[in-house]
Amino acid sequence: MQLFSSLWLWKLSCKGIIRTTTGQRHLKHTHTCFRKPQHKHLQRDQLQNSEDYWERRRRTIGLKEWDHARLSDPDWVCAGSAGLDAVGIWFRECTHDREEGTQSEDLRSAMGEFKVHRVRFFDYMPSGIRALAFNQDTERMAVARMDGSVEVFHCSDRFFQEKIIPGREQCGIEGLSWVGERLFSAGLNGGITEYDLTNQKVKYTIDAYGGPIWTITGNQQGTHLAVGCEDGTVKLFEVNEDQIQFERNLDRQKSRIISLSWHPSGSKIAAGMMDMIQVFNVETGHSIHRMLADRGAGTSRSKECVVWSVVYLSDGTIITGDSVGMVKLWDDQTGTLIKSHNVTKCDVLALSVSQNEDSLVAGTSEGIVVQFQFVSMVLEKDDKEWVRTRTFRNHTHDIRAVAEITTAVVSGGMDAQLVVRPLLDKIEVRSAASALRKIHFPHRRLVSCARKSGLMLFQYPGHLELWRLGESEGKGTPGSSLFVKRNPEKLLQLKVKGEDHIRCSAVSPCGGWIVYSTASTLRLYRLHCDNNNISITKISKLPKVLSSANQLCFSSDSSHLFSASAQSSVHIASLSQSGCKFVGTLKPKSGSHQAIHLLAASEDGKWLASANSDHEVHIYNLQTQKAHCTVPVYSSAVTAMGIHPATNCLFMMHADQQMFEYSIEQKQYTDWSRTVQRKGLHRFWVERDTPCLNVMFNPQNPSHVILHDMYMLCIIDQSLPLPDDKTQFYNQLTLKSLTEEQRKSQSHAFKVCKTFKDILCVELMPDQSLVVVERPLEDIATQLPAPIKQKKFAT
Amino acid sequence: MVEESDVRVVRFGGSKINLRPPIISTDSRFVLCTSGDSVKVYSTRTEEWLHSLQGHTNQVTGIALNPANHLQVYSCSADGTVKLWDFIDGILIKTFIIGYPLFAIYVSEKHEGIVFLHIAMDTDSKKEGFQLVAVHLPKSAEQEVEAKELSAVSSHISPNPSCTAFGREGQYIAFARNLQLNVYFFRKQKTYSFSLKATDKKGAKNAFTCIACHPTDDCIATGHEDGKIRLWRNFIHKKEYTYSTQHWHHNAVNTLCFTPEGTNLLSGGIESVLVQWQYGTGNRKEFLPRLGGSILHVSASSDGQLFCTSHSDNKITVIESSFKVCGVIQGLVKGDAVLTDLMIDPRSKALVLNGKPGHLQFYSLLRDKHLYNLDIVQQEYIYEAGLDQFEVVKAAFDIKGYWLATVEERGQKSADLEFFLKLWSYDERTQSFVLNTTITAAHTDRIISMCFSSSEETTMLVTIAEDGQFKAWCQGVDADTKQDQNFWSCDFVGSYHNLKPTNCSFSADSSLLAVSFQEVITIWSPDTWELLTTLCQPPGVIRDLCFGRLSCSKYLISTTTRNLLCCWNLLTCALEWSTSVEVSKLQSDPLSENVAAFSYQSKHTDLFVFKPNEPRPLFTHKNVCSEKIHRAVFVPREEPLNNCDESSQWLNRSQLYFLTQNMDLLTFSTATEEDRMLSSSTRLVIDDSVAVTPFYLLLGKHRQQQQKLNTPSHQAADRPQQPQGSVTITELLHTPAHVLPPASVLCSMFVSSLLISNTGVLQDPLRKEMESSEQEMNSEKEEEDSEGEMEACDSQQELRVQGSVDEVTPKLSKAQERELKRVRKTDFSWMAGLIASKP
Repeated sequence: MQLFSSLWLWKLSCKGIIRTTTGQRHLKHTHTCFRKPQHKHLQRDQLQNSEDYWERRRRTIGLKEWDHARLSDPDWVCAGSAGLDAVGIWFRECTHDREEGTQSEDLRSAMGEFKVHRVRFFDYMPSGIRALAFNQDTERMAVARMDGSVEVFHCSDRFFQEKIIPGREQCGIEGLSWVGERLFSAGLNGGITEYDLTNQKVKYTIDAYGGPIWTITGNQQGTHLAVGCEDGTVKLFEVNEDQIQFERNLDRQKSRIISLSWHPSGSKIAAGMMDMIQVFNVETGHSIHRMLADRGAGTSRSKECVVWSVVYLSDGTIITGDSVGMVKLWDDQTGTLIKSHNVTKCDVLALSVSQNEDSLVAGTSEGIVVQFQFVSMVLEKDDKEWVRTRTFRNHTHDIRAVAEITTAVVSGGMDAQLVVRPLLDKIEVRSAASALRKIHFPHRRLVSCARKSGLMLFQYPGHLELWRLGESEGKGTPGSSLFVKRNPEKLLQLKVKGEDHIRCSAVSPCGGWIVYSTASTLRLYRLHCDNNNISITKISKLPKVLSSANQLCFSSDSSHLFSASAQSSVHIASLSQSGCKFVGTLKPKSGSHQAIHLLAASEDGKWLASANSDHEVHIYNLQTQKAHCTVPVYSSAVTAMGIHPATNCLFMMHADQQMFEYSIEQKQYTDWSRTVQRKGLHRFWVERDTPCLNVMFNPQNPSHVILHDMYMLCIIDQSLPLPDDKTQFYNQLTLKSLTEEQRKSQSHAFKVCKTFKDILCVELMPDQSLVVVERPLEDIATQLPAPIKQKKFAT
Repeated sequence: MVEESDVRVVRFGGSKINLRPPIISTDSRFVLCTSGDSVKVYSTRTEEWLHSLQGHTNQVTGIALNPANHLQVYSCSADGTVKLWDFIDGILIKTFIIGYPLFAIYVSEKHEGIVFLHIAMDTDSKKEGFQLVAVHLPKSAEQEVEAKELSAVSSHISPNPSCTAFGREGQYIAFARNLQLNVYFFRKQKTYSFSLKATDKKGAKNAFTCIACHPTDDCIATGHEDGKIRLWRNFIHKKEYTYSTQHWHHNAVNTLCFTPEGTNLLSGGIESVLVQWQYGTGNRKEFLPRLGGSILHVSASSDGQLFCTSHSDNKITVIESSFKVCGVIQGLVKGDAVLTDLMIDPRSKALVLNGKPGHLQFYSLLRDKHLYNLDIVQQEYIYEAGLDQFEVVKAAFDIKGYWLATVEERGQKSADLEFFLKLWSYDERTQSFVLNTTITAAHTDRIISMCFSSSEETTMLVTIAEDGQFKAWCQGVDADTKQDQNFWSCDFVGSYHNLKPTNCSFSADSSLLAVSFQEVITIWSPDTWELLTTLCQPPGVIRDLCFGRLSCSKYLISTTTRNLLCCWNLLTCALEWSTSVEVSKLQSDPLSENVAAFSYQSKHTDLFVFKPNEPRPLFTHKNVCSEKIHRAVFVPREEPLNNCDESSQWLNRSQLYFLTQNMDLLTFSTATEEDRMLSSSTRLVIDDSVAVTPFYLLLGKHRQQQQKLNTPSHQAADRPQQPQGSVTITELLHTPAHVLPPASVLCSMFVSSLLISNTGVLQDPLRKEMESSEQEMNSEKEEEDSEGEMEACDSQQELRVQGSVDEVTPKLSKAQERELKRVRKTDFSWMAGLIASKP
């Protein structure tokens, strides 16, 4: 902490938490210099010597020598075989592993419907969660991450990630606060930011002039925002119609303000600082009470006690969580300690109280969430006390933020997962909505695929990577590996210019164009690829309307670029060798102006569908450039959609796992869709807790719809009957054991494959191969900083 | 045939004192615990056994203080009665006959006149279902009342009584079974139940093991199989109930107990660490480790000053509230199995068997008190499962109790067997056994059995081993070291056709040694080591060997694996008689001709007592218990009974104790014995106004004497000195301390008064002993006796000449006084030895 004063605080870039050997934590700010922006960062990885790879592979497996005869034989690993139609999905896999920069293909072969590229070289790394803010009225949860991005989840719509506002370099968000439906954040760069949630971008940032801001909180009346600054001031800002206005400072303190909490009446404010808690009268600005927090015993006595979190209850109780590991209850009338609970040996980093103030959750740096409840000690009497009750262990790392919502405890921390732990006593009916939910990956696609040329574009916050898929040869039995003829290859890495992070990106189906957009700019590149020479040129003169996009999409023949922008409109630009030309703008006839998060173009280039975060789906005729129709609005958000290449039906997946098929030409739901709605979906399908992220169609079999979410891949055969609740849902194994006759009566439309895990993206290539981009959670875990070492029994 | 009469199998001495939680009396002076068929009262200060409450005819299964009167205690028993006792005086106040076997008792202050009992759901299947019933105890002046007003509170409760507890002020009762917790509110007459999942993802075992309710808050603490403790609150809501979990124990929590104020929660388990959790402050806890066996029960006194834990090694530990052990009440230590035989130490008449790992324990059955542990292995025992550690497997005493031989063994299961033969001599000075000789490789294979010769002059030990040899060990001066001490060395090695020996036995006068080799019994002369004869009665390997005693010493009894009991006449070397009976244990009474044989047939054990000279059992007891019996011992009585009844005559001299396979020590009791005990229990009346101190006890004894002296029809007025003694004492007790003359003045007066009474005390047992010896010894052999005894006898004779004991003139000459003092100090234990040695 002492480091602070000596640092030039405004140029802080990122904030990290490191631990010394004693397990105590310090805040350390590193000062990074600005890198000179590189124009075209072209990087071509050298093709790795495959001999070298095999040698290393051999050593890792522990073989003395490769059996060359077996290696050359494509069928050297075989496992299982059965009838094709019975099981539905059989794969030929080829795994793409990245090992220390080597691109390799470990080929497995199978005879079956699909050859599978298992892609594991997308090193996507989610960013740790720093702050949470729950809006009771709209049931939205705002999440701020370490990289400065802010996400909005819809709590009653299966925690679908509705909005993502990408972050910027050097903007460490420390606090989030809702004021009505407006969202504010404050960070170590000293500024308060308001977000434009309609267009999913930063509205404005104003400087608080108090140094880094550690905390921000709005009062319940929605009139004021209070921020706690490094210089020891609590600054009050008045919330106006369109801006916020600095009002005044409360009494300045000697040390920084770490945490703040308003009394629900708005007349008092409690501030957590180093070694103490101050209670201010908001009207006078003077401190009413000064309560000293104990330092830890023993060696930690010399270290300051940081009051990480404070909660002010309406009955005048102030609850604090500090770096000594205590949750303390104070009385604001007398300024005395009522009770203290030792929760952990490390820090209590976050506190959150439920709406009716009968439950409190505390997140600790050991990764546990402790619940306290306000329980009457003698039944049917009113003398209640705060009692520690439950403990939830769902995190491996520090919990930086917790929030108690109506029916669940939401927590997030360094391990970058958002955990929704339901409180079963608050839930009336147990259902899919009340299950434990862990959100690891964004509900957006980070991978786009040039289907015709076998290129993959991976979107990282600050750069893009373009890879060419490997090739394999030979055939094998289902489940076995194929031999890799050519390794996957990283063609280029494109670094973003400026400080903003990438919002969306796309590669054209032909592989000739790459486009990405940040909050401020949109860049289009032409990609020249002949054999081993890759070159890239930036299209310099872009139409003015293409300044920024919420979502980008190419037409299937790569001749047009669709860019979703403000007011739910879509701009069309035609692409040619000479450059990019603005063609027109598609505007919805009516409805909301929320940002579009999904675009789908038809294969024949005739239709374009767009979905926005108000759950509206508009369909445009590209030939007339007019709105064609609007799909009836469904209560749940659209998570994925696609237009069938043969029938031109729009297939939509929703967050509550419902599926609809809408015939564009007839402007009505198809018969199949009506049947689905009438019969209802299988319980197991509806109870899945992750949204479907992509809809694909198999050109070889028009009745097949391919879907995927994080855990599974599913083929829906629209020609087969739908399962009802009595039939076995996951029946592939059962079918395998049945005879041909019985199989027909038993099989149903859903064929689920759980061979792949932690799927980021699945794409069907024209050559009937599937690309499965996996990001194993174990790999993410190994890249996280080490958690606090805890002694475990019998170790 | 003798029909079974008033001889009954009872648990007496060495019983489990850890079956149910001990109770501390309200004034913290007494600890009460169930022990076999009685309730024992111990002092918390001195750990002494004060008395026991006897009257139940089956195992006592629960005790509870009467909430209406803190000096009374309820006890329930499997005999179907609830008894109310005054536990200080040991008086049975009332008996309530319920009529069903009872398994636990609970009382509550709120429910006056009602006791809650566990009874079996079905009388047939005892282990299946239990139900909790409330019994209204009728108010009646009679001693024995039938209580038939039963109302079921709940059926299907856990058989474990610690899974039931009363809540705050008796408003509700909480009981758990497997994975379900039920709370029954008496006022609302409504049950709330909460259930847990059997296992969670991490494989936790959630079954309930015990329960405790907070005295002032509505909080229920439950212990679980995986060591978790849950604190339940808000349990009047179906949904909004909540619990917090605390986890320290790594294995099942056996017991939970809130302190009376509710500030702390005590818990214990297999770790044998008493944990004190501070209530309301999360995980702040204190530990009291290394308490011995695993903790089974914890209870707290009503003022919270004392805690009691009972342990699996039959021990009660008294702990102060400052977490300091202040007393240990040790019962008979029972491990998983007794490897050594049950033995009687000839000196102390204590029962000797395996105790703590690597130890022999000495347990006085008469006083029902653990005397001491003798460390045989002298190595640290590591408390960990699966370790192969040294264990005492064999032990034997010589006839005088001067020598003790032990065998310790390691590697019972594995191939590399390791064993030591150790010989211990009794050291008069330290009053303990000291190691004399350790023989590392006594045999090349495992020692099967060993016995001491019973002759007077030389002591000899014979060991037989699986290597086919028997060895005789004698004490001799070591030629190399030439020290004063005598060490043991091998005297003779014998074998018979390379057959494996199975058992060995010396005749009563040690003139013959019988060693059985498979089917053959060989008779050797220990003096010349000459094989005298062989006896054989195939088929069947010889299992037990036993020489007859006293008048039957010419007989040798053997049992075989083929269910044959043979009796050989050694004079004719012929089979006298034999009978087909499956005998699992043969035990001869050292004080009589009687031999007891336990026979295991069709899932129950029968007892036959017979004399070797006639093939007709003296006494038969069918269905002694349902298990096979391998260990039994005759324990000589302190004073013989004089039963005239033929069936119980064999129990006059000594008592037969036997150990069942689940480690219950049982014995036979006769009707006369029970009568005597009952009379003694009512006789003992403690004056409540005087604290129990050694001084008081001395005084009490004195008073009893006085009463005894007063009561007889003899002329009480004849003793002018006696009242003086009591005057001294009353003066001493009732005069305020500051006006008393110096202690030195009072002392002589006081001591002299005591001295007179002591002669009275002493003379009684003396005379009895004399009489008994006279009874036994048909011939007069007193000339062999030591001078001291002669003198004692003389003095007695003198007294007899003077008239009755009561007429002893209190004024004794100085010489007489000295004489008396000497007599008092003389150890009369040799007398028993004398009696035993003289057949």
